[in-house]
Amino acid sequence: MRSILLQAASRYLLPILLIFSIFLLLRGHYYPGGGFVGGLVAAIAFVLHSFAFGTTATMQILKYKPLSLIPIGLGIAALSMFVPLLFGLPVMTGLWYEESIPVIGMVGTALFFDIGVYLVVVGVVLTILFTISLNTH
Amino acid sequence: MLFIILSGFFVACMLLPAGKYIKERLSYLLSLLPLSLFIYFASYIPQIMNGNVLLESTEWIPSLGVNASFRLDGLSLLFCLLITGIGFLVFLYSASYLKGHKYLDRFYAYLCLFMAAMLGMVLSDNILLLFVFWELTSITSFFLIGFNNDSKESRKSALTALSITGLGGFFLMAGLIIISHITGTYSVQELLGSHEIKNNALYPLVLIFIFIGAFTKSAQFPFHFWLPGAMKAPTPVSAYLHSATMVKAGIFLLARFSPILGGTTEWSYSLMGIGAFTMLYAAVHSLFRTDLKAMLAYSTISALGVMVFLIGIGTEVAFIALATFVVVHALYKAALFLITGIIDHETGTRDITKLAGLKKVLLPVYIAGVLAALSSAGLPFTFGFIGKDLIYEATLNTASSIAIYLTILAVATNLCLVAAGFMAGIKPFTGRLPEEFSSIRLPHIAIWLPPLFLGLSGFVLGCFPAVIGDALISPVVNSIAGSSVQFHLKIWHGFNTVLILSMATLALGSIVYYVNKPSAGKLSFITNYQNVSPQYFYTWLAKKFYNLSEWYTSIMHNGFLRSYILKIVVFAQLLFIYELVRGGPIYLDYSKLSPISVYEGATVLFLIAGLFITLTTSSRLTAVIGTSVTGYAICLLFLYFSAPDLAITQFTIDTLTVVLFVLVLFNLPPFIKFPGVNKPIIIRDIAVSLSFGLIMAVVAIKVLQVPTSIESSNFYGTYAYTLAKGKNVVNVILVDFRGLDTMFEIVVLAIAAIGVYSLLKLRLKSSEKE
Repeated sequence: MRSILLQAASRYLLPILLIFSIFLLLRGHYYPGGGFVGGLVAAIAFVLHSFAFGTTATMQILKYKPLSLIPIGLGIAALSMFVPLLFGLPVMTGLWYEESIPVIGMVGTALFFDIGVYLVVVGVVLTILFTISLNTH
Repeated sequence: MLFIILSGFFVACMLLPAGKYIKERLSYLLSLLPLSLFIYFASYIPQIMNGNVLLESTEWIPSLGVNASFRLDGLSLLFCLLITGIGFLVFLYSASYLKGHKYLDRFYAYLCLFMAAMLGMVLSDNILLLFVFWELTSITSFFLIGFNNDSKESRKSALTALSITGLGGFFLMAGLIIISHITGTYSVQELLGSHEIKNNALYPLVLIFIFIGAFTKSAQFPFHFWLPGAMKAPTPVSAYLHSATMVKAGIFLLARFSPILGGTTEWSYSLMGIGAFTMLYAAVHSLFRTDLKAMLAYSTISALGVMVFLIGIGTEVAFIALATFVVVHALYKAALFLITGIIDHETGTRDITKLAGLKKVLLPVYIAGVLAALSSAGLPFTFGFIGKDLIYEATLNTASSIAIYLTILAVATNLCLVAAGFMAGIKPFTGRLPEEFSSIRLPHIAIWLPPLFLGLSGFVLGCFPAVIGDALISPVVNSIAGSSVQFHLKIWHGFNTVLILSMATLALGSIVYYVNKPSAGKLSFITNYQNVSPQYFYTWLAKKFYNLSEWYTSIMHNGFLRSYILKIVVFAQLLFIYELVRGGPIYLDYSKLSPISVYEGATVLFLIAGLFITLTTSSRLTAVIGTSVTGYAICLLFLYFSAPDLAITQFTIDTLTVVLFVLVLFNLPPFIKFPGVNKPIIIRDIAVSLSFGLIMAVVAIKVLQVPTSIESSNFYGTYAYTLAKGKNVVNVILVDFRGLDTMFEIVVLAIAAIGVYSLLKLRLKSSEKE
């Protein structure tokens, strides 16, 4: 009993919500948003898709297990913590690129840290939800 | 020196990935580690002989005064050589003894860890570091005793050993902390020069704590019973841990602290008393055992008692006797254990009543057994003879009022030990070979060479005692006595009382050996007295403790979420009430409150409606929707009070929670009344939740009343842009100021996800099998 309406809507909502989640991620440093919320929104986008097409279909779109996003995210966040060491600065010092890049804005270690958070959140939420939904029905 | 101590840990870690290559033929190679360590320590002998003490320090936790400082003096050198030397032979022996064992790599890893911990302990100059290594030896020995982890007996005795030595470790730590509290230092070097402790009012307490630590580890009465239990370990482990090294840790501790705490009447008399009782008690017990290993275990306890007794006497000659006896005992006891291992390995039994005539099939082992037994008996020209003479000399040279009694005790103990040594080392080899054992062939050389070597070295040292006396024994005595002592070990002391006593012991011991035939009947005779033994008491105590924790667990951790929440909420309420009562009067300044807008009022109504639905509905799904209505209403309230970040997060989290609930709902039982829920329970729950709500409201009012500190918000407001280049303070705090917290939070999230993933996958796998 798949709803056609939901299927049609989520086909368009998936990219839109994903773009919105990246938007939330990037603006986080200046306006409401950030990696955590961005990750949650991205996860909701996939969850919505899975409601419309089934979890297996969503897993196919993702290609990789959501579980694999967790180490990648943790790795990026951890790297961004230790990059300042290369410049002889203490761990977690904020480093920023001088020029602002169009669309993205200021680029710095904090942004990469936020990207790490984003990926971990997506990975965690999808892993929990998809594992439950695939294994219990 | 730090690297030398840690090398055992490195090798143990290496065995983790490289273990499977070791299992084949390479296991012999591992014995190179203790061998090279032995050579390394032996190279220090000339320096230590000249009276030097090597100190080496690396900063570890300087703020707590805990440094990795090490001290190589006569005492630690002797123990290092024993640990690595006997370690080498045991490593070599185990390679054949456990050949082809499934977990051989694990066994060697434990052995390496244990050896490193032992070395660290005897070399520590910092008493806290000493404690750390002390505990490590307990833990590693737990794994070694319980190595045959599929046997229930073996697991049980490992646990007994760990709990007894762990208990002792706890007391030891307390004692060490009091010592450092009195003197203000953790360094042995500084403690040696300080005499404050003995005059301090806490001195008796320190003594009791240190004694409990040493007595549990060295199996003194009434803590001795874990040692016979620990004989469930593979025999090389018994030989290494329970004869030569670990059980001597307590002796080492007492010797180490002898110049710091010793010399007082309390010290001498308690050590002499406990030591004398233990040595006699265990020596008599050893005669009644039929299991070779149990017999050796009791004679080890007895020997440890002798050592404690000698430390208690505390004269120079007693220390000489102690140092000599430590070496003597390590050599012959390790040999006897290894021989027992071979007998057990080849015949499949350790029952002394069944073993006989093995001389014909295991000749080299027989030679080793005779040599070890003779050294244990103290025949002239063996090292044991010198050890025994020195013990008698020590007891005879005490104050004349007690000398005669101490000597009688020592003679009585020793004659039992003579008999026990003969029974373990000679009895299984003599007599007529039973039919069933006639097919036994001599095993691999690596298994019988170590005990033979140990037996021979006892003999060689007995013939040339001056060599080891000058090189090892006298530096030990110097470091225990704290002053320079001049002496030379000699084979021959002339015709005197000591010699007569020694010969009498030997003769009487041999008579006991011929008269006393261990049998199952005698064993059951002595086990009748189990009910009055300390072991019985400890088992009783452990059972009570177990019942207590079971009762507590069933009350506090019954597995019902609702019960946990109830307890947490009630406890929180009590804390809040306490603080509110202490905080003085509560008032509300209406003029400072902002007016309630229509939106806010309406949202709160929604919130209440959602709650009402959740509480009254009979369908789970409706209840979930009710809670999500509440969540969204809260999210709106966040928006009104200008917290957009919180609002977005709350919104997305609430959405996902509903999804999660819906997914899980399929697996939950229908939403019916819980069994056993009656009116009083409902009323209780309502009362608890109402009072909690009320208290939280009062707390909120109280918060308004207290002037808020705006220091931190000012700080973040000022520096968020200038330092972290962000305008959204919330996000800047998350990713920059408190970035480390966020890092840990995402790690926790990851762990949760992996937990869910593995739980469901694992459960599925096991159900697929069915």
